[in-house]
Amino acid sequence: MKVIKLVFKNSFRHKLRASLTIMGIAVAVIAFGVLRTVVTAWYQAVDASSNDRLVTRQSVSFIFPLPLSYRDKILQVPGVKQVTYANWFGGTYIDKKNFFARLAVDADTYFKVYPEYEITKKEFEDFKKERDACIIGSETAKQYNLKVGEAITLDGDIYPGKWDFIISGIYKPKYQSTDATQMFMHWSYINERMKQEMPLRANDVGWYVESINNPQNSGAISKAIDKLFENSPNSTKTETEVEFSQGFIASSSAIITSMNVMSFVIVGIILLVLANTMIMSSRERTTEYAVLKTLGFSAYHLTFLILGESMFIAFLGGILGLFLTFPIVSGFGNHLPKGFFPVFQVEPITIILSALAIVVIGLAAAYFPIHKTLRTKIVDGLRFVG
Amino acid sequence: MKLPINYTFKNFKSRKLTTGITIVGIALVVFVFAAVLMMAHGVAVTLVSTGSSDNVKIVRKGANGEISSIIPGDVQNIVRSLPYIAKSPDGNPIISFEPVVIINLEKPNGGVSNVTVRGVSPGFQLLRPEAKIIKGRMFNPALRELIVGKAINNEFKSTHVGSSIKVAGNEWKIVGEFSTNGSGFDSEIWGDAHQLQDAFNRANSVSSITLKLTSKSDYNKFKKAFNSDLRLKEYEPEIEQQYYLDQSDYLRTLIELLGIFVTVIFSIGATIGAMITMYSAIANRTVEIGTMRALGFSRRSILIVFLIESLLTALTGGLIGIFLASFLQFFTISTLNFNSFSELAFSFALSPWIVFGSLGFAVLMGLLGGFLPSVRAARLKIVNALRAE
Repeated sequence: MKVIKLVFKNSFRHKLRASLTIMGIAVAVIAFGVLRTVVTAWYQAVDASSNDRLVTRQSVSFIFPLPLSYRDKILQVPGVKQVTYANWFGGTYIDKKNFFARLAVDADTYFKVYPEYEITKKEFEDFKKERDACIIGSETAKQYNLKVGEAITLDGDIYPGKWDFIISGIYKPKYQSTDATQMFMHWSYINERMKQEMPLRANDVGWYVESINNPQNSGAISKAIDKLFENSPNSTKTETEVEFSQGFIASSSAIITSMNVMSFVIVGIILLVLANTMIMSSRERTTEYAVLKTLGFSAYHLTFLILGESMFIAFLGGILGLFLTFPIVSGFGNHLPKGFFPVFQVEPITIILSALAIVVIGLAAAYFPIHKTLRTKIVDGLRFVG
Repeated sequence: MKLPINYTFKNFKSRKLTTGITIVGIALVVFVFAAVLMMAHGVAVTLVSTGSSDNVKIVRKGANGEISSIIPGDVQNIVRSLPYIAKSPDGNPIISFEPVVIINLEKPNGGVSNVTVRGVSPGFQLLRPEAKIIKGRMFNPALRELIVGKAINNEFKSTHVGSSIKVAGNEWKIVGEFSTNGSGFDSEIWGDAHQLQDAFNRANSVSSITLKLTSKSDYNKFKKAFNSDLRLKEYEPEIEQQYYLDQSDYLRTLIELLGIFVTVIFSIGATIGAMITMYSAIANRTVEIGTMRALGFSRRSILIVFLIESLLTALTGGLIGIFLASFLQFFTISTLNFNSFSELAFSFALSPWIVFGSLGFAVLMGLLGGFLPSVRAARLKIVNALRAE
């Protein structure tokens, strides 16, 4: 047990060096945490998607609409519980920089297929009653300070013109990964106006979402749906929501890969800082270790001594870094363009990875000094001059 | 001064591992620093070279991208009759009415991504002379034929000259490959505007209009004429080059923000690393420093020697980092441009500014990391230093 005391004493023999090393590790752990958070935020859409929902879109690209008539046909496919549909409304709220998703949805069914957008019964009834009603996410309500009953005006681009909506409800996210920034309005309200202004685009549906009975049948059901429209000019592509979101992420894979690489380079840099400190300490203590050996301390003791010091410093730096990660991640999130990531927070997996990195680094940094110390002959060690 | 400098070099030799680790650390930091800057610069270079400064692009006001903009046929005719539009040798205005859509294409390693398909009007070669056919031939405006940008061919399956892709239920033949010298157009597929309008049921509406001005300096006059026509109040003109630059806002902001953040964090880490090395270098050499002082070297010489040592370490690391980063120029990466919602291919681009910036950054780390330790070395009292164990 004396060895443990020696580990502590050794760690802080050079106060300045130890604290610099701890600071260095902490800084790198923060950087690691932030980069991992960016990566997980990117994958948030996948986490939020569910395997018991299918998405049907036009096979060439989701920017092409599907006819409304598909709805009843899809409903007949065995295994399909409920069908809803939506259009990307787009548009601008006051300024182009204020980005949040705005969707025109089927008022009756949309919230049934997406139970994770939680609204009260009253809010739901109010939404259904008024054709210009809309429901917004709690995050968006907070960010723009909007309340139920207030008006919100959008400048349309895909649907040209000014659009006024009344907020009839604010939905709350059921899970942490649920996107709480969206805005939903009546598909039929938009459609009515389209019928008058652009009859060619009336009854267009952006995509259909089906909730299904059994996720295990998703492959067969998707095939059955696509088969219905195979030979029509608007053939479809149906996949699970998870696959659909993954497809979106694949488009940004280059950036995600580079961030992954960078986060591991950071781990490498922490390792270098700590390894440097450990090598220097044990170099200075060559004579002491030789004395310990002479006194009869075994190789295990010496290994424990050096490894313990390395782990202890890594641990202190890691704890400090993890503590600071939280405020810094939220500060970083505030500087990102608005609405860029619907959910930006430190995920448990990030903390686990950081902790794991710390352990690996503590182990690896001790390797060289231990190797060298054990190999040095006692005589050489005693004779060593720094 | 010769002796102390010699002393510095000898020291590198006697503490190989520690000095080596510091150099590697700084090299890594400089590498990442340069890589991020090169990425942001690459995006900007690609988009700045997209479009010309004497072309004007017209989209619907408030449209977030070309795909969400709609310009009906009557408006197209009004624009065509505006003044200050350059004429081709046979007297027609140089103007292209372009339907723009996005289609999904498969990537070779699985997954799909969005690609912009642009319909162009006859005579677009005068509008965008930088576009050259490098393989195959130009599309025939009377047929369902397409030409693909150079970057597309590298990124996606089944887009070689001679193959065909399915768009809107019909087979379209790819007859040629074009290059615009690395601009954003290289990530697009082009075909005849009328053919594409037909295929996509767009009637006669298009997404954007691009026209050539009689002269760059006529833009303000053109804009005045444009804005004074009330029938055009729903639309807005913008210099084509500026339009594409604005299109990269999100991507550039993200990369730059990450770049600044990573750099700040990394430099703190590297400075601390340099500091640790220098402090211990000095602690180990207390007696030597005392000896040098006793031999008559001034405090200033000692300070300078240790600063030089730290600067040399940092500079070596910096050079290695830049050297490694320069190889990144051979890579082209492709990612989703959030504004246009389609793939954009760009290369890491090195500029003199990035080289000097990165080296300056390395020197700064060396100075910061070496300064405090050097001051400590210089302030050591001779007697105490000589007496140190």
